[in-house]
Amino acid sequence: MAKSNKPIIWGLFAAGGTVTAFVAPALVLLTLLPALGVMPELLGYDKLRSFSGHWLGGLVVFGVIFLSLWHAAHRLRITLHDFGVRADLLVATAVYLAAAAGTVYAVYLLLRI
Amino acid sequence: MEDQMSSKPYIREVPRYSWFLRQPRYMRYMLREVTCIFIGAYAVFLLVALRRLSEGREAWESFVQMLTGPASLVFHLIVLAFALYHTTSWFNVTPKAMPIQAGEDFVPGAVIVGAHYAVWLAVSVVLLFLAGVF
Repeated sequence: MAKSNKPIIWGLFAAGGTVTAFVAPALVLLTLLPALGVMPELLGYDKLRSFSGHWLGGLVVFGVIFLSLWHAAHRLRITLHDFGVRADLLVATAVYLAAAAGTVYAVYLLLRI
Repeated sequence: MEDQMSSKPYIREVPRYSWFLRQPRYMRYMLREVTCIFIGAYAVFLLVALRRLSEGREAWESFVQMLTGPASLVFHLIVLAFALYHTTSWFNVTPKAMPIQAGEDFVPGAVIVGAHYAVWLAVSVVLLFLAGVF
C-alpha cells in the first residue's frame, strides 16, 4: 500500500476544527472587547507576557495558533477546489507551506518572550 | 430502445465556478467551508499580536491601542460571525462524524450535539473568566 500523509493532515484539520470550535468565539470576543471600551486583564502587558512566557501558557498559545493554521490551510485547499481551482498540487503546497511557516514563526516568537 | 437512450445521453451541466449558487443547501455548505478564511485570518492576527508582545511593552501598548479602534471592531465582528458559524456547523455534524454506540443502540444525535454546546458554553465562560473579563 502506498504511503499517504492524508491521515496526518486530516487529523490536524479535525483537531484544529474541534479546538477552534470550542475556543475561537470566546477568544475573538476577548480581543474584540477593547473596541467596546472594555480592557480584559489578560491583555495587560505584564499579565500576557507572564502567561505566554510560562511553558504551559506558551503551549496553549502555540496549540491554538498551530491547529487554527492547519485547520484553515486544509479546508482552504478543499474549498479552492470547490470554487473551481484545479491546480491542487500548487494549492496544497502553498497552503501547507504557509501553515508550516506560521507554526515555526509562532515557536520563534514564543521563545523570544 | 437502448439505441434511443444512448443517442441522446443526458448530460447534467455543472458550472465550475458557480455551482453552489444553485441551491441553499450548497450555499450553506460553501458558507461553512469559507469560515476557514476567517479562522486562518484570526490565527495570523494572533501571530501579529505575539510579535508585538515579543517586541516589548511599547510595541504591545500601541497594538492594544489599535485594538480600541473602529477597524479592529469591524474585523472582530466579521471574524466573530464566521467563528460562530464554524462552531455551530462543526458541532451539528458531530453525530455523523463520530457516532457513539451504547450497547445495541446509538446515542441520539441531539445528546451528542447538546453535550458539545454545553462544553462550549463552559469553556467560553471559564476562558473569559480566567482572562479577567468578569
